[in-house]
Amino acid sequence: MNNSKTGVNDKIVKVFIYLALFLLAISIIVPVAWVFMASVKENSEFYGNPWTLPQGLYFQNFADAFTKASMGSYMINSVIVTALALALLLVIALPAAYTLARYKFMGSKLLNILFMGGLFINVNYIVVPIFLMLVDADKALKTWIGSGFFLNNLFITALVYASTALPFTIYLLSGFFVTIPKDYEEAAFVDGSGYFRTMVTIMMPMAKPSIITVILFNFLAFWNEYIISMTLLTKESKTLPVGLMQLMQAQKAAANYGQLYAGLVIVMLPTLILYMLVQKKLTQGMSLGGLKG
Amino acid sequence: MKNTKAKKAFIVTCVTPATLLFIIFMIIPTIKVFNMSLYKWGGFSNTKQFVGLQNFKLLMSDSNFFRSFQNTILLITLVTIVTMAFALIFAAILSREKIVGQNFFRIVFYIPNILSVVVISAIFSAIYDPNNGLLNSILSIFRGKDATPILWMGDQKIVIYSLVIAMIWQAIGYYMVMYMASMASVPESLYESANLEGAGRIRQFFDITLPLIWTNIRTTLTFFVISSINLSFLFVKAMTNGGPDGATEVFLSYMYQQAYTNSSYGYGMAIGVLVFAFSFALSAVVNIATKREPLEF
Repeated sequence: MNNSKTGVNDKIVKVFIYLALFLLAISIIVPVAWVFMASVKENSEFYGNPWTLPQGLYFQNFADAFTKASMGSYMINSVIVTALALALLLVIALPAAYTLARYKFMGSKLLNILFMGGLFINVNYIVVPIFLMLVDADKALKTWIGSGFFLNNLFITALVYASTALPFTIYLLSGFFVTIPKDYEEAAFVDGSGYFRTMVTIMMPMAKPSIITVILFNFLAFWNEYIISMTLLTKESKTLPVGLMQLMQAQKAAANYGQLYAGLVIVMLPTLILYMLVQKKLTQGMSLGGLKG
Repeated sequence: MKNTKAKKAFIVTCVTPATLLFIIFMIIPTIKVFNMSLYKWGGFSNTKQFVGLQNFKLLMSDSNFFRSFQNTILLITLVTIVTMAFALIFAAILSREKIVGQNFFRIVFYIPNILSVVVISAIFSAIYDPNNGLLNSILSIFRGKDATPILWMGDQKIVIYSLVIAMIWQAIGYYMVMYMASMASVPESLYESANLEGAGRIRQFFDITLPLIWTNIRTTLTFFVISSINLSFLFVKAMTNGGPDGATEVFLSYMYQQAYTNSSYGYGMAIGVLVFAFSFALSAVVNIATKREPLEF
């Protein structure tokens, strides 16, 4: 008697649990799916009920977004900046993280503390001084060679991205290097391998899981970033998120809904595909630490 | 011993690039923020005048700053409480209950976290659109077809809550995954004995789960404070740009507006310094207020 009662209670609770789960899932899936649906609607379909299915697949939106709203060239910029920043970050952060984790030298303690402190410096606070610094550098250059170099430069932007990602990346990587037993290196040294060769051929392959985590997180951060790029890239060399913001503002006046939603799909599709491929890695890596924003 | 020279060269080449970049693009700008806050500096005229703490005095009587302060506090409090409650509940459900499609839910809940804030802002602009928006069209089922549309983004009283909802939507999955990770380390035997004693789900949640992941909850509280300040800036920049009429101005958006748009660099940086100090102080207060003896298990 008692048993069957708790059984019924249990079922009711289960129903509520599933209801809550489905509600949250729907509140996430529906808006995202709606954007995909809206991206193939014709402009006239946007007036009236937003829930109607598209009458056809109007892929012209994507062509328009790529050419008329120059999302195509913004996309190339985004790819360049993200790839460059990731490459720079790995080349610079990996050796530094390894050395800081492994070797004691003059100032190594101070450096470790400094990089740890860097975790607390958020880009949003320092973007204006960085901008002013580059403006000053450009002014100095103009008196020399007559043209600026630092602002509206994809490489410099990538360098700023990489630099601001250094504390987190070094923190994560050196946290891993510390856990590897020293025996591996000692064996390598005995075999006559130099410092560089030991690092590149022995330690780095072992750190592959951490490196992948670093790449994943920073890919998302760089691809989605827009405060730095909005400030440093003001001319044609904009990145995708900034281009998307432009589209949002333009849409208020001109009502080019199709282009806007096509632009949205262009920005989020790469991250969604990546997420589907590696979601397990991403959520596991997250528990290693990492603060968004 | 003969290797010391090679070792030195190795260390220097490995550490120098990172250190240099870190100093140029992070340390110097940070020092500059503090330094510039002491100057009256209109960008174009390029006349820098040392004014000491004058900027901070001005700030104290700046009603716009006061409003951004209120908005930020409101955002931090609401986003933290609601997100945390949802994240904890869903984390407990997904790690304690036998759920069909558990993996599916976990994957879906994390999706907002991988989207750019610009994308989320655009999605919510579509949801909040007064005429063809998703939200108003659902509500019109209940309110009747001819009801005046609710201006989710245009009404000064509502807009801040619209922002709160977008921020919560974005954050639940992230914190849920974090809480799930720490709930996974709570030993199963505790729940088994609680079951034998007849403690129900809710009792187990409050008496076992919450106390045992308390350290993790405290860490996330600091995260909440810092990331609410930062993310509110990103959302405001992409969604409302502080409008309508300053109703959604937050700390950092006001700083950015003063420094970048208005070219009052000194004043803007004074705001930055104050916000930085505020976020540290608040994190410290929260940290002290939530201190408990960590439980061994």
